[in-house]
Amino acid sequence: MNINEKNLVSGVRISKPNREEQRAVKVSAQAVNVHYGDKQALTNVSLNIYKGMVTSLIGPSGCGKSTFLRCLNRMNDVIDGCRVSGEILLDGEDIYDRHMDVVSLRARVGMVFQKPNPFPKSIYDNVAYGPRIHHLTSSKEELDEVVRTSLQRAGLLDEVRDRMEAPGTALSGGQQQRLCIARAIAVDPEIVLMDEPCSALDPIATARIEELIDELSENYTIIIVTHSMQQAARVSDVTAFFHLGEIVEVGDTEEIFRAPSDERTKAYITGRIG
Amino acid sequence: MNTTHIVKSYEEELSKLDNLVAEMGGLVELQLAQATKALVTRDLAGAEEVVSRDVEVDQLERNIDDLALRIMVLRQPLADDLRSVICALKTASDLERIGDYVRNIANRTTVLTKFHSVSETSHMIERMAKIVQTMIKNVLDAYISRNAELANQVREKDQEVDQLHNSLFRELLTYMAEDHRAITSCTHMLFIAKNIERIGDHVTDVAEHVHMMVVGEPVEPGRPKYDKTSTTAIEGSTA
Repeated sequence: MNINEKNLVSGVRISKPNREEQRAVKVSAQAVNVHYGDKQALTNVSLNIYKGMVTSLIGPSGCGKSTFLRCLNRMNDVIDGCRVSGEILLDGEDIYDRHMDVVSLRARVGMVFQKPNPFPKSIYDNVAYGPRIHHLTSSKEELDEVVRTSLQRAGLLDEVRDRMEAPGTALSGGQQQRLCIARAIAVDPEIVLMDEPCSALDPIATARIEELIDELSENYTIIIVTHSMQQAARVSDVTAFFHLGEIVEVGDTEEIFRAPSDERTKAYITGRIG
Repeated sequence: MNTTHIVKSYEEELSKLDNLVAEMGGLVELQLAQATKALVTRDLAGAEEVVSRDVEVDQLERNIDDLALRIMVLRQPLADDLRSVICALKTASDLERIGDYVRNIANRTTVLTKFHSVSETSHMIERMAKIVQTMIKNVLDAYISRNAELANQVREKDQEVDQLHNSLFRELLTYMAEDHRAITSCTHMLFIAKNIERIGDHVTDVAEHVHMMVVGEPVEPGRPKYDKTSTTAIEGSTA
């Protein structure tokens, strides 16, 4: 998608073809419940994620949006006392099936976190890490190529071309976040999860990431958790509003931000108290 | 659900914007009443006062533009807040045009006071103006109370204005055909009638902005037009 296709008047990104029949379901979540010990974090959440689209999850802190995001690549498995029930299908395959290989699931469903978290390794090794452990390449030349194209796609290559051996942690915050995105896409995932990827970044670095999300949405299905309403409006095709562990409203982003139908959504996105 | 913004100054800015629109609308409504009165009573000083007060209308439009812009920059409004700000901007622009039409009526009145009165038509114009004045009042009430139903009623009311304009148009053409000395005043009266008809159209536009603000969807297109003057001719005047 290029800039001319954006609806600059309303400041809201024009959705990709939004007729239901043209949307292919990539992830289908049905009646998902999540408990942390006795505490219920998600209640009966059902949501379709469409292939090649950007879906944003919004809602107040503690509403369960990050919990839901972490269900999609089974990151909750590592949390003690966390129980997930319901059904989450990735291309029709139950990701909570006991035969599901969690390591390869996480290669298919990559993740970028709130704070950039590069490994204490060189820029090159940060990006090469995934392809190496998943044995995706058979030669040094092939690995070099994967690292190069991943950095290119993450919009970082020009800035780091001459210092691939420098530590990843020496980069600026925005560059580190793009390095983490390069690392996530180096294993050629189908889905990229982003948990508030810009909350620690300045406006310029944020704009770079948003531009990157636009470009990446050509090849990947993206799900982003954000606290910035304007960011959700700018980058996503579909928006889901979470409140107290439930999905209150889900719809085309333009519709949600122009004329939401639920009073709770309206109150949240306009900054009101109920 | 009765809710207020967490940021108080944002809440205040939005209600100030509403108040400015109400003030501007109220002034325009008053100006129209004064201009009509000056026309019917042939009051030169009254007409001149209307002309001089149009700058106040223009100033209010600038104030609304400034505040709306400020809200957009500082608050980046969304959903109903965004629709309110857009509605204020568009409404101010329509009200400003209405103000111009009213000033033009008053200008023409200053000329008309120098001629014999065309009293039969000036009373019809008064009726037209009364309807339009009520439309302005109601559309402002609909605006402030966020009442889409009332806005739709205002929109429907415009057909009465169009129909009165049609009759006035024919009547004035007839007067001019009968008495050439009446051409100057009748021509001014024609423009005055046309101005009021155009004011009705702008009020209808405001009603549509209000509908969009309240409902979040534009009104159904295709409002029937009743103004037939563009295709009207009186018998015996064609070649």
